[in-house]
Amino acid sequence: MKIFVCVKQIPDPNTVESKLDPATKRLVRTGVSLVLDPGDETTIAAAIKLRDSLGNSELTAISMGPASAQEALRRALAMGVDRAILISDSALAGSDVLGTARTLAAALKRENPDLIFCSTESTDGYTGMVPGAIAEFLGLPQLTFAREINVEGTKAVIKRVTQTGYEVVESPLPAVVTIASGSFEAIYPTMKGIMSARKKPFSQLSLSDLGLDPSQVGEAGAREQVLSIGKAEARAAGQIIKDEGNAAEIIADFLQRHQLL
Amino acid sequence: MAKTIWVLVEIEDGRPARSSLEVLSKAAHLGRAEAIVLGSAAATVAPSLGEFGAEKVYVHADPTYDTYLTLPAVDTLSDLLQRQQPDLLLFPTTYDVRDIAARLSARHNLGLITDATDLRYEGERLEVTVPWGGENVVVATHPYQGTGIVLARPKAFSVERFEGRQAEIEQLSVTLRPESQQMKILDRVEVQSEGPALEDASIIVSGGRGLGKPENYHLVEELAAVLGGAPGATRAIVDAGWLPYSYQIGQTGKTVKPTLYIACGISGAIQHLAGMKGSKYIIAINKDEHAPIFSVADLGIVGDVLTVLPQLIEEVKRRKAQL
Ligand SMILES: Cc1cc2nc3c(=O)[nH]c(=O)nc-3n(C[C@H](O)[C@H](O)[C@H](O)COP(=O)(O)OP(=O)(O)OC[C@H]3O[C@@H](n4cnc5c(N)ncnc54)[C@H](O)[C@@H]3O)c2cc1C
Ligand SMILES: Cc1cc2nc3c(=O)[nH]c(=O)nc-3n(C[C@H](O)[C@H](O)[C@H](O)COP(=O)(O)OP(=O)(O)OC[C@H]3O[C@@H](n4cnc5c(N)ncnc54)[C@H](O)[C@@H]3O)c2cc1C
Repeated sequence: MKIFVCVKQIPDPNTVESKLDPATKRLVRTGVSLVLDPGDETTIAAAIKLRDSLGNSELTAISMGPASAQEALRRALAMGVDRAILISDSALAGSDVLGTARTLAAALKRENPDLIFCSTESTDGYTGMVPGAIAEFLGLPQLTFAREINVEGTKAVIKRVTQTGYEVVESPLPAVVTIASGSFEAIYPTMKGIMSARKKPFSQLSLSDLGLDPSQVGEAGAREQVLSIGKAEARAAGQIIKDEGNAAEIIADFLQRHQLL
Repeated sequence: MAKTIWVLVEIEDGRPARSSLEVLSKAAHLGRAEAIVLGSAAATVAPSLGEFGAEKVYVHADPTYDTYLTLPAVDTLSDLLQRQQPDLLLFPTTYDVRDIAARLSARHNLGLITDATDLRYEGERLEVTVPWGGENVVVATHPYQGTGIVLARPKAFSVERFEGRQAEIEQLSVTLRPESQQMKILDRVEVQSEGPALEDASIIVSGGRGLGKPENYHLVEELAAVLGGAPGATRAIVDAGWLPYSYQIGQTGKTVKPTLYIACGISGAIQHLAGMKGSKYIIAINKDEHAPIFSVADLGIVGDVLTVLPQLIEEVKRRKAQL
């Protein structure tokens, strides 16, 4: 089977708070450390697990982003992905959900995938809309919020997280599957993995390779616009008290004062 | 001209879902609200929607939607979009509706804004407020003429009654496509939790990794029980398998807005705050005085949850007995 996993490079959520540039109103990507989205790491782990259980399958990681996104793909390769594709083009800057999905779908279409993995949502933009839009552009069904996936013949079956539990959903292949974050054990690259990543196939595509018109993507194609960036009303911190054996009473007083008992 | 705003109303246990009604009320304030309701219970639900703000309801009472909503709903909304041009599709953020919105956006090239906490029209221009990174707010808009989609954050709006309003009802005659029905739901499993549902609870006691081990979570459940509230959790302990996902509060879990939220052994990561910051009162117990949760707490206790919780449970029981 030909399996794909869509991955994104983002500002490190553990070291920096992501910032928006007041002038361009885009995410600041310079001077911050960039990492493979931790959610996508989980998704890669799910895809690797499935590839290994199926046998005779190839797993390709694909990303749309600036040249630096190579690093994120290298990490995916070091984790055990077989091949990587980077779509990079200055015309792609400022893409919205539709521009991003249109570009990824165009690249995926050339590959005739059997299964496309995405994360339920990214850690930085977190619209969660890219996977469904990719599925629509490719005319494929989508299996979303999966915390478990199995492939049986030409069908995929997932456990889909719901508001109150889960449901078991079946779909014919090819299909787009989104993985709920935290559902799979992380895979850490080994030294051997990092070494072998350097020899794995890595291709780079531009917009013209995909036959896309610059007006359909990037800032030119974006259908929303950021008007202004402001400060949210901060919630004022209240009283902070060190427990000296009377914490239960202090809390109970608070509850009683606000009629919460 | 009043703006026409469509709201897809989901059905839960034969009734309109609360998240749908929140959005419907908001739509009714912004302009002319029109609801779309699909599934076998659609015909019985439709007449009640006027009272929640709908001026018109499109109904397709076909049981196909009950078994699998996404693709048939996308087809039906697509058909309707070919006949009419509403100004806006304002949808609640739920599992199924997110899937539907993404596909509709791609099929009709509709601009899409997610996680909205407020929206308004400035003349012809729609302005949408979206929280970003904990403290910033972005105001975004659809710059183009034509229909756009906005997904509202749960609990951003409250359900209101529009006494006496009666909605006009139109039965849709659409033929559902077989190719959109290849997906099957083989089984549905409800994970039972005791006490009130998180979304409806006015008091929530929530636990995090600071509880140390799964066996200590019962302290959170006991405090919730004596206060008549519901127990919740952070993603850290849900991921660790202590509890099912239905307990998770935060950006990728549930958004809650109770009167009281008690955070026990929770650090207060931005993704957790996203789901509970709207609580009226917040009490936090954490042994680290620098824990970010304290920055949103009305009352912060720097202390050990394993000592404070048992004492608090007893104290609450004692005071309740005296009331
Ligand atoms: C403040 C702010 C607000 C925004 N709001 C909106 C908005 O309301 N509407 C809108 O259209 N855009 C919005 N954007 C832009 C949006 O974040 C980008 O368009 C982004 O490319 C789409 O992604 P996401 O991160 O939301 O993806 P999601 O849909 O959350 O991503 C889910 C998964 O899709 C895959 N994926 C996503 N992007 C890529 C990629 N580049 N390469 C490979 N795989 C990928 C990954 O598997 C990812 O985990 C906003 C951006 C900012 C900075
Ligand atoms: C894309 C994405 C989405 C996410 N979505 C969510 C989400 O929806 N919900 C969510 O909760 N998280 C979410 N997270 C995870 C989030 O970033 C945090 O990792 C998580 O909330 C931390 O959980 P915690 O507070 O239980 O654990 P920790 O951060 O480990 O905090 C434990 C706290 O307990 C305190 N403590 C330890 N022992 C004691 C004791 N004996 N007494 C008192 N205090 C003690 C410590 O001081 C510490 O502050 C998401 C992350 C990402 C990247």
